[in-house]
Amino acid sequence: MSALLTVEDLRVCYPTRTGMVEAVRGVSFALGRERLGIVGESGSGKSQTGRAIMGLTPPQAQVTAKTLSFDGIDLLSAPPKLRRSLRGKRIAMILQDPKYSLNPVMSIGRQIVETLREHEDVSGAEARERALEMLAAVQIRDPKRVFGLYPHEVSGGMGQRAMIAMMLVAGPELLIADEPTSALDVTVQLEVLSILDKLVAERGMGLIFVSHDLRLVSSFCDRVLVMYAGRIVEELAASDLANAKHPYTQGLFNCMPVIGADRHPLPVLDRKPEWAL
Amino acid sequence: MSLATETPPMTRREWLLSDRPQSRLQARLGRAYMTWRRFSANRLAVVGLLILLALVLVAAFADYIAPHSPFIGNLAGARLLPPGSEGYLLGTDDQGRDILSRLIYGSRLTLMVVALVAIIAAPVGLIVGAVAGYAGGWIDAILMRVTDIFLAFPKLVLALAFVAALGPGIENAVIAIAITSWPPYARIARAETLTVRNSDYIAAVRLMGASPMRIVFRHVMPMCLSSLIVRVTLDMAGIILTAAGLGFLGLGAQPPLPEWGAMIASGRRFILDHWWVATMPGIAILIVSLGFNLLGDGLRDALDPRESGQ
Amino acid sequence: MSLSAIERGSGRRRARSRKIVATALQFLIVVATTYIGLLAVTFFIGRVIPIDPVLAVLGDRAPAHVVERTREAMGLNLPLYQQFFIYVRQALSGDFGVSVLTTNPVMTDIRRVFPATIELATLGTLIGALIGVPLGVLAAVKRGSIADQIVRVIGLVGYSVPIFWLALLALLVFYARLQWVAYPGRIDIVYEYTFTPITGFYLVDALWQRQWDVFRDAFRHIILPASLLGYFSLAYISRMTRSFMLNELQQEYIVAARAKGLSEARIIWGHALRNAAVPLVTVIALSYAGLLEGSVLTETVFAWPGLGLYITNSLQNADMNAVLGGTIIIGSVFIGINLLSDLLYRTLDPRTRAR
Repeated sequence: MSALLTVEDLRVCYPTRTGMVEAVRGVSFALGRERLGIVGESGSGKSQTGRAIMGLTPPQAQVTAKTLSFDGIDLLSAPPKLRRSLRGKRIAMILQDPKYSLNPVMSIGRQIVETLREHEDVSGAEARERALEMLAAVQIRDPKRVFGLYPHEVSGGMGQRAMIAMMLVAGPELLIADEPTSALDVTVQLEVLSILDKLVAERGMGLIFVSHDLRLVSSFCDRVLVMYAGRIVEELAASDLANAKHPYTQGLFNCMPVIGADRHPLPVLDRKPEWAL
Repeated sequence: MSLATETPPMTRREWLLSDRPQSRLQARLGRAYMTWRRFSANRLAVVGLLILLALVLVAAFADYIAPHSPFIGNLAGARLLPPGSEGYLLGTDDQGRDILSRLIYGSRLTLMVVALVAIIAAPVGLIVGAVAGYAGGWIDAILMRVTDIFLAFPKLVLALAFVAALGPGIENAVIAIAITSWPPYARIARAETLTVRNSDYIAAVRLMGASPMRIVFRHVMPMCLSSLIVRVTLDMAGIILTAAGLGFLGLGAQPPLPEWGAMIASGRRFILDHWWVATMPGIAILIVSLGFNLLGDGLRDALDPRESGQ
Repeated sequence: MSLSAIERGSGRRRARSRKIVATALQFLIVVATTYIGLLAVTFFIGRVIPIDPVLAVLGDRAPAHVVERTREAMGLNLPLYQQFFIYVRQALSGDFGVSVLTTNPVMTDIRRVFPATIELATLGTLIGALIGVPLGVLAAVKRGSIADQIVRVIGLVGYSVPIFWLALLALLVFYARLQWVAYPGRIDIVYEYTFTPITGFYLVDALWQRQWDVFRDAFRHIILPASLLGYFSLAYISRMTRSFMLNELQQEYIVAARAKGLSEARIIWGHALRNAAVPLVTVIALSYAGLLEGSVLTETVFAWPGLGLYITNSLQNADMNAVLGGTIIIGSVFIGINLLSDLLYRTLDPRTRAR
C-alpha cells in the first residue's frame, strides 16, 4: 500500500497570553488507502491534527512538521492556491454537527453543487444531476425534495448525510472525518456510519476517523492511534486493542462497559503526569 | 496552617488574584481588580477615562482655570479676535467674550445634562425592565408594549416637541431627553432579568421566603448593572450630541449661558471670516463625546470579554 | 401520492395559512398600539402640557373671536378622553390643523416639503450602505490590521461628532472656500420657476425630463448634505457590518466552506456576508430612519427646504400645530421603518420563515 499521506513530527502551537501552547506535539504516522482511527479525549489534539493536515487551523496557529506530504506533494511548502485546490477535490473533511457546519441560508442542493462547480468545469444542469446522484448515494430517499430544503428543515442524520454528500461529490481520495457521529443519536449514528463505510470502500478512499469513542473507532477502522496531551501514546491494530500496552489505552479500554460484567467498582482512568510529557 | 511550611506573606496583587478568597470583600475586590486589569490593557479606553476625568476636573475647578469671565466680554476692544491673540487662547466671540473660558464653564452644563439624564433615565429603565422580566405575564406584556412604543419614537424630534411645549431651557431639555432615553435600559434590564430569573440562587432566596420586591431589588437588579453601565456610558455620547443639537436650535440653555451647542449656533453667522467662534465648541463636543464612546467600548470589552473576541 | 398524504398536505397548508394570518394580526396590533402611543404623546405635548393650548396654536396676537372659535373646534371644553378621540380621528385623516405661519393646512405644507427630506435621506443611506458595507467587510476580514483600525476610527468619529457642526465646517470648506458645491436650498433660484417637479425628487424629475443642466444644479446642491448624512450612515453601517461579519466568520460553516476548497472571496461574500445580510438589512433600514430624524439639524444648516427645516422654523415661530404635525409624520415614518425592519428580518431569515 503506497502512502497516501505522510506525517512526520507534526506540531501545532498557539500563542496565548501566558506563552506558546502546543496543541499537537510531534505526531507522526503514514496512511495508505486504509482506515485510521485517532482516539483521544477533549484537548488531546486529535481535531487539531486533522485540521492541520487540511490547512484549516486558525490563522494564529503555527503548524510545523518534518514532513507533511500528500501523494508526494509537500503540503507545508505548497502555495496556498495549491492547497486550496486540493481541499474538497482530493482531501475532504466532514465536520461534527450539521446544525452548525451547513450554511443556514443556502439550500442543501446548492451547497453540494457549489463544491462541484468549484473544482470541475460542469454546467449547472450536470452539476445538479451529480448532486442528486450523490444524495441518493448517501441513501436519502427523496433527493429532489431534499435538494431544495434548508439545513434547519432536515433532521440531524439527514444533515450529516448531506454533509457527506457535499464533501464527497468531487471524488476525493482522502477523507478526514472529525467526530462525524458525535452529534447524532445512537441509532442514527449506525446508519451514518454504514453509509460512510460503503462509500469509503466503494471509492477506495483513505480515511482518518477522529473520535473520542474507542469502541466506535475500533469497530470501524483498521488501525488506531491513541492521542493524549498532543502526543501519540500508542499505535496498534484495531483488532489488537485488548493487548494494548500503554496504561492510558488500557484505561480507556477498561472503561468501556460490557453487558453482564461486574459493575462495582466502576473503572476510573487514573491519570499519570508522565503521560503528558 | 502548619508551622513546618511557613508561606511567605502574599503581596496585595496575589491576595486580589487568589482563587480562594477568604471573604466576600476579597472576592469582590478581586473581581474588580481583574476587570480593571482588562480595562487598562486597552489604551483607547484609558484615554476615554482620562478625557472624562479631565471634564470633571475642568467643571469642578472652572473658577480657577478660566482666564476670563464667560459672561462679560470686552465689547469695545476684543471682539472676534482670532485664536492665539494675546490673552485669548482660543479667540473671542462677537461680544468680546473669551471662548476658552466659555468652553470651560460650558463643561459644567454638559456634565449636568449627562448626569441628570443618567440619574433619571437609568433607574426608571432598570426598574421597568427588571419588574417586567421578573413578573412575566400581562405585567411584562404591558410594560414591554409601553417600552417598545417609546423605543420606536424618534428621540430628537420628540425631545424637540417636548421642549417646544415646555419652553426652552436646560431643565426642560434634560427632561425631554430623559423621557426618550429610558427604553433601551428597560430592554437590557429585562433581558438580563430573564436570564437570571430561573437560576438556582434566585430559587433559593425565594424558598427562604423573600418577597418578590426584595428579590427584584436586592438580587436581580445588581445582575443587570454591568450591562446597564456599559449602555448608559455609550448612550452618554449620543445624549451630549442631542443636547448640543437642542442648544443649536435655541432650545437648550438660554443665553448668556455658555452651552456648547448654542455657541455653535451663535457663531454660525461669522463662520466665513471668523471660523473659530463656531468651530471651537464643536471640537469640545467631539472630544467629550469621543471620550464617552471610548470609555463605553472599553467597559464593554472589560466587563464581557466574549464581546471583544478573545 | 396517497390520500392520507394529500390530506396531510392540505392540513399543513391550512395550519400554515392560519399562522400567517395570526402573525399578520399580531403585526397590525403592534402597529396600531405604537401609533396610538405616538398620538398620545403628541396629544400630551400639544394639549396637556401647555397652560393654554389655544394660545400655543394661535400665538398671542389672535383676535378674541378666532380664539373662541378655535377653542370650540379643538373641543377644549370636552373631557380629556373625548378630546383624544377627536384628536386621533383628525390625525388619522391627515388633519393636523392649520399652520399659523403659512395659513395652510399643515398637511398641505408637509406634503410640499416631505419629498425633499426623503430625497436627501435616501441618497444619504445609499451612500452609507454602498460604502459602509464593503468597509465593514474589509475591517472584519482584516481584523486587527491598519485597515481595520482606520475603519473603526472613521466609525468612532462619526458617532462622536455633532452633525450640525460638521455640516457647518463642510459648508465652509466646500462651498465658501472651494466652491465645489452649491448652497442654499435644492436648486438655483434661476431654475426654481422654470422647473416643474413631478415626483418631488428633483434628481429623478430632472433626469426624467432630460433637463441636464437642472440635474447638474440639483446634484451640486444635494451632494454635500447627502455626503454628510452618508458619512453618518456609513459610520453606523460599517460598524454593524464589521460586528456581524466577525460573528459569521467564526462559525463552523465557514470552516466547512474552506474545507470544500472555495476561494476566500466566495466565502466572504457568498457565505459570510449572505448570512450577515439578514440583520444588516434591518440595520440599513434603521439607519434610514435615523437620517430622517437627523434631518431636523442638517436641513437647518443647509437651508434645505424639507420637513426638518419646516419643523424648526415652526418651532421658532411657536407654531404648535405645524410642529406636532411634523412630529407625527416623522414619528409615523420612523415607527413604520422600525416595524418594517422587524418584518424584513423575519422574512429574510429562512430559519424563521418556515416557523
